[in-house]
Amino acid sequence: MLDDSAFDLRKYLNNNGQSAGVWIALVALIIFGLLRYDNFGSAYNIVSFLNYNSMFILIAIGMCFVIMTGGIDLSVGSVAAFTSVCAAYLSPFGIEVALPGGVLAGAVIGGINAFVIIVMRVPPFIATLATMLGAKGGALVISGAQTISVDWSSNFTKFGMEKAFGILPWTIVATLVVFFIAWIVLERTPLGRSVLAIGGSEEASTLMGLKVNRAKAFVYIFSGACAGLAGVFLASSYGAGQPLEGIGWELSAIASVVVGGTLLTGGLGSIPATLAGALLLGLVFNILNFENGKGTISLSAYWQLVIRGGFLFVVILLQTRVIRKRQAVS
Amino acid sequence: MALPLLTAKSIDKAFSGVAALTSAELQIEGGEVHGLIGQNGAGKSTLIKIITGVYRRDAGTVEFDGGEASFINPREAQSAGIATIYQELNLVPLRSVTENIVMGNEPRKWGGLIDWKTANSQTKKVLSDFGLDLDVERPLGEYSTAIQQLVAIARAVSLNAKLVIMDEPTSSLDDKEVAVLFGVIRQLKQTGVSVLYVSHFLDELFEVCDRVTVMRDGQTIGCHQIAETDKFELIAEMLGRNIEDIKSAGMTDFGGGEAKRGEVLLQADNIGTDNRLRAFSATVHRGEIVGLGGLLGSGRTEAALALFGVDQLTQGRMVFKGEGFEPDDPVTAIRSGLGLLSEDRKAEGIIPDMSVRENLTLALLPRLTRAGQIQRGREREIVENFVKALGIKTADIDQPIRELSGGNQQKVLLARWLATEPDLLILDEPTRGVDVGAKLEIQSIIREYVDRGCGVILISSEFEELVEGADRIVVLQDGYSVSELENPGISEDILIAAIAHHHDEVSGANA
Ligand SMILES: Nc1ncnc2c1ncn2[C@@H]1O[C@H](COP(=O)(O)OP(=O)(O)OP(=O)(O)O)[C@@H](O)[C@H]1O
Ligand SMILES: [Mg+2]
Repeated sequence: MLDDSAFDLRKYLNNNGQSAGVWIALVALIIFGLLRYDNFGSAYNIVSFLNYNSMFILIAIGMCFVIMTGGIDLSVGSVAAFTSVCAAYLSPFGIEVALPGGVLAGAVIGGINAFVIIVMRVPPFIATLATMLGAKGGALVISGAQTISVDWSSNFTKFGMEKAFGILPWTIVATLVVFFIAWIVLERTPLGRSVLAIGGSEEASTLMGLKVNRAKAFVYIFSGACAGLAGVFLASSYGAGQPLEGIGWELSAIASVVVGGTLLTGGLGSIPATLAGALLLGLVFNILNFENGKGTISLSAYWQLVIRGGFLFVVILLQTRVIRKRQAVS
Repeated sequence: MALPLLTAKSIDKAFSGVAALTSAELQIEGGEVHGLIGQNGAGKSTLIKIITGVYRRDAGTVEFDGGEASFINPREAQSAGIATIYQELNLVPLRSVTENIVMGNEPRKWGGLIDWKTANSQTKKVLSDFGLDLDVERPLGEYSTAIQQLVAIARAVSLNAKLVIMDEPTSSLDDKEVAVLFGVIRQLKQTGVSVLYVSHFLDELFEVCDRVTVMRDGQTIGCHQIAETDKFELIAEMLGRNIEDIKSAGMTDFGGGEAKRGEVLLQADNIGTDNRLRAFSATVHRGEIVGLGGLLGSGRTEAALALFGVDQLTQGRMVFKGEGFEPDDPVTAIRSGLGLLSEDRKAEGIIPDMSVRENLTLALLPRLTRAGQIQRGREREIVENFVKALGIKTADIDQPIRELSGGNQQKVLLARWLATEPDLLILDEPTRGVDVGAKLEIQSIIREYVDRGCGVILISSEFEELVEGADRIVVLQDGYSVSELENPGISEDILIAAIAHHHDEVSGANA
């Protein structure tokens, strides 16, 4: 799909049960921002927006895979907090060690999720709820409930704060790489298609002879690794391992995935639409910030949450109406 | 003589203490089409699932292709050369037709990435052997049950297996599609592939099979050369009864055409919907079974959906029980006294994890509730009555319905609707997957039901069932009701002629 010269977005979305709704909303919001705020389209705003949201995009991509199998991963926020601490401790060895270390730590927790869910047959909601608490506890224990300052003398913080070849921040580059890999894996590999098939019907997938357990293990480990990488971003961008961060991240990730039109029961989903969903949610905050900055209104962080919730509700409402129409047709 | 391709010896299997198979045997030669028959719950599907690694056997041995075969999952069986179409279709409706066909052995290109272009064209080619021309990138679920069944078969055939197992492959197919399937089976046989063929349609066995194995109550009763046996012997063996009794009983037993016709219950005048129903007219009286005849896609199911309020009318009108009737949704239809047993039992019918009892009384709950409490005693009584009347084979009524054999699940669904006692019951393929013995019972229950003053609309792809069961048959064609036949006097030939005749006329008019 990626290398087809005549890539037909509408057909692609349609065949993946997606509506163009999330894209339209995204474009509309961007145009709104460009017209209303002077600095909205500035390179600074764009880069810092993407930089900040790259963590959430990563987690949403991992979550998307899990949800497409019909599962859920509640542990991602805690995992990111945990790996941010791990990365902070590893920072004296440089990013070459701290980044793989953080990702590995996340993948290990994902592996635990996979083991508990696949081998011990614990429902994903419960299994990942347990690791959510466990990872949170782990982060607090190894950090002594303190933020762990990173080693500024190594190249660790360069990753979160500097630009690759002076163009784009490293975090954005890394996120793009993960995004494209995830997209190709989903669209072009048997593994990715198995993920969708399992969400459609796990029983049928087993009877078809697909490697169901392998695919399920993959999604949880991948989600853990994505959260692990997000934790590295966190430590590197803010100069500290933060055991108390990550609260509610899993819910934003789930929201991004759902806004992107991925079916919560699995079987239908798309990586680009998940990216759009994550950007959309981030953009609402960005615009509210600009609005506050203009001084016309002054919204507290609490009100921002309420507005974001309302916005989410509207988008999801539109999505489900489209999906229902599809089902009525069939 | 060459070794048999597959030998299963003294297979035992119990589910939580209840024996499903006791020393079952099966032997299939290379290049042979082998039939497997038995009543609902005899253990056919269980035996297949043991051979293909879905279930573990408790005892016994399986040899395949010259080696011992203990597959631990369906994938191993598949790679060893056994392709299986399981009874409950093993497909993923949300995913595309192509994915459903190629999953597990996708064509690849550089880097191991899936080559979708080749996959799509391969799929198109495989399907064209079955006379299907689909948009293979659309989700499979958008197509009819029959097409889904053909896709499942196409998938199995495309796996290049040494043995293709088909568990009731024809349950949703009409005669034409069955003929296509038989063509494919013969082709497989010619290339040396063996086929294990499970069916309740004995005529089919005589058409394609070389040998047939009969099972009863989890045991293998016998194995015959098809040329050396006949229908009566097979039925007698299946049911464990005397051949003479079977011969005198007759095959179908609605006793069509004897009904005392009561007042008009439903009248539909030129109704049409957006869903391929153009102009359908029919009248149903109390005490009458009205059959809908026609080829697949002629609008039989769509007519049922219109009557039941699933599809909204775009034209025409209906009168039900003397009043104008246009239900907005199934709930209104049910309230007015309508019932619909749908053809798609998996998607619309059963709730797999609920018990037989709960599944059976689901539609009945409002009436079983007194002061907010479900009357358990009455519920049990009703359920047990139906289990007995329909011969539903279940360990006890609280067993999850997914553990029942396919035919027995179908009986539970039928019971669900009978229990609500609607004035007009629409039955879409009510005896799908039901064995010959139970078919007789179900048919006589339907007859008893209308004798009490209700009406039934019967949809069936089996001409025999329609001809012998219905008092009248409305013939449909491309969404139009084109003619009406009256019993007594209808024969299968007359019905086929009616369907075919109008077919030519309609297509002639279009040309
Ligand atoms: N997973 C299960 N758990 C418990 N009991 C089961 C399970 N699967 C099958 N059975 C029982 O095993 C028996 C044999 O069932 P099976 O599905 O093999 O019958 P069948 O011959 O295929 O019948 P049908 O013609 O209706 O498809 C039935 O009594 C059924 O209730
Ligand atoms: Mg069966």
